[in-house]
Amino acid sequence: MSEPPHAPAASPEPVLSLRRVSKHFGAVSALTDIDLDVRAGEVVALVGDNGAGKSTLVKILAGVHPPSGGTITFNGNPVTFPNPSAALDLGIATVFQDLALCENLDVVANIYLGRELSPLRLDEVAMEKRSWQLLNELSARIPSVREVVASLSGGQRQTVAIARSLLLDPKVILLDEPTAALGVAQTAEVLELIERVRAKGLGVVMISHNMEDVRAVADRVVVLRLGRNNGVFAPDATNAELVGAITGATNNSVSRRAERRAAAQSQSGAPSHE
Amino acid sequence: MSNDVKNPAPIDRADERVTHAVGVGGAIRAFLDRVRSGDLGSLPVVVGLAVIWSVFTALNPLFVSSVNLVNLLFDSSTVGVISLGIVCILMVGEIDLSVGSVSGLASALLGMMWVNQGWPVWVTVPAVIFVGGVIGWIYSQLFNRFGMPSFVSTLAGLLAFLGLQLYVLGSSGSINLPYETGLVKFGQVLTMPHAVSYVLAALPGLFMLVAGMRRMAQRKLGGLSAGSLNALALKASAITLALELAAFYLNLSRGVPWMFCLFAGLVATMNYALTRTKWGRSMTAVGGNREAARRSGINVARIYSSAFVLCGMLAATGGVLSAARLASASQQAGTGDVNLNAIAGAVIGGTSLFGGRGSAYSALLGIIVIGSIASGLTLLDLSSSLRYMITGAVLAVAVIVDSLARRSRVSHGRA
Repeated sequence: MSEPPHAPAASPEPVLSLRRVSKHFGAVSALTDIDLDVRAGEVVALVGDNGAGKSTLVKILAGVHPPSGGTITFNGNPVTFPNPSAALDLGIATVFQDLALCENLDVVANIYLGRELSPLRLDEVAMEKRSWQLLNELSARIPSVREVVASLSGGQRQTVAIARSLLLDPKVILLDEPTAALGVAQTAEVLELIERVRAKGLGVVMISHNMEDVRAVADRVVVLRLGRNNGVFAPDATNAELVGAITGATNNSVSRRAERRAAAQSQSGAPSHE
Repeated sequence: MSNDVKNPAPIDRADERVTHAVGVGGAIRAFLDRVRSGDLGSLPVVVGLAVIWSVFTALNPLFVSSVNLVNLLFDSSTVGVISLGIVCILMVGEIDLSVGSVSGLASALLGMMWVNQGWPVWVTVPAVIFVGGVIGWIYSQLFNRFGMPSFVSTLAGLLAFLGLQLYVLGSSGSINLPYETGLVKFGQVLTMPHAVSYVLAALPGLFMLVAGMRRMAQRKLGGLSAGSLNALALKASAITLALELAAFYLNLSRGVPWMFCLFAGLVATMNYALTRTKWGRSMTAVGGNREAARRSGINVARIYSSAFVLCGMLAATGGVLSAARLASASQQAGTGDVNLNAIAGAVIGGTSLFGGRGSAYSALLGIIVIGSIASGLTLLDLSSSLRYMITGAVLAVAVIVDSLARRSRVSHGRA
């Protein structure tokens, strides 16, 4: 709370902290004893194979699913989210993979959807001003906030979705596959955006399949495998280490090639495996 | 505070890669661009209306006579109110096929309670409208709780409430409403005094000007671009001129019906609700992307309920008005083409069948098209068989225009 807004380095105390969080769907354990810390001003990348439990974890944090066990601590207090708006009120905003924007509404209406100012006589001027302010903070390039979202590119839509999540001044923002559907230039734009959000002093949790993107912006890489923690890596960890942790196999094409290269150059680089 | 030197570019005009329409010419160019990309708005209906009116006038000059147009407004108002309910339900991307039956039931209930049971009219009319609301509420529960498609539930309702209408009317089959009552006079003869009609005709333009100038001042204060005062003044004066001329022409015979005034008032209220309130925003959002609306914290079930209930209430109101118009509640009320006309009116006016796009004014414009066709064909002494076929064809054309425009909007990024 007492952090200055432009704190560039991560603060020592985590804003959001998970301890032994589990989730069962009937007989299936989607998540088992997950630990995760997110500090203000840091980007935590959540990586893992399909079915590793990344999306389930995000849904728990977004208040879509209640956890089956474990504790979630936010700003030092244990919390529970019975529904999505509870998580939002607390200060955890989520940008889902499909963005959930209404294409037939303009940018302002989408940013303020469900939270319109003065419900019986919409305050369009105040809403438009604040929308521009949010977009400018992200140095976003949106031609007009009175244009319907259907006319925007994928990257611009992602920008609108992120701007919307920032409307309520969250402490932590969760991004589910923010670059999955984007081209090269738009991906770069969104990664830039993530850095700006971090510079605002927010904790960012980013799910991604793309190791390049993860290395580009993440401060820490948390690997999930089959619903369990499988190591925390620095962003400069080698591909072999990450792929090994994600797949659980130490014998695959990536690791074999790495071994050959390592053998050729004798020994180099100890794994920062926790 | 509106010192331009201090603040050279408004914050919404900082991006110089985007062209913005400036002044009157800019407003016209922007309009043409919009039309080209498939964002037609109410243009097809205005063009359609011009074509229909010229054809019918050529065939029978009586069509544009003041007398006939006054009758046209009386007739259009009843179905128009039903059509307004259809606009509501189409906004959320659902449909109510039973509005005809509900309006028929409403007129039967009006006759039964008011004439046969002797209830006072100021109790009966709200009670009948309440019944319409209850019917809409039943549809919404079927939809929200059981996931029953509105298409099916209202089709079932179409038959069920027609049956109830026949049951209420009993063996006699029709109930005559007394002529010398306010309600029937309202439906048949009551028109405004000339002075009142001119004052009322000036209101929309005046309101547009005042509201527009207030909005401009607020935007300027907030550091946003304000738009052109000339374009606003031009638009407002054009509308005022058109409405005053219409009032003058109608005043040559009986004048402007109070019933039409009620209809126009309902349309204006609905327009405000749909565009300027959180409820209206939610309606549009639910019609555009239901899941996105749900995740934004909008109570989607409640929005659907409000749409169904409003549609039912407006259908019942339309039933009361048409009973007053005909001075009777009969087995024929609400049957035949009432259903189709109400839905066609909304769609022809520009409300999309696919949800999330539309305006209250589409009910007003569309129903005047439908009413003109009916009136023109009646003047030509054509049988109802031809009338049905032509109205059906017009509806088909309107839906084709809607679909094509939608496809064009998608390809131009305006969906």
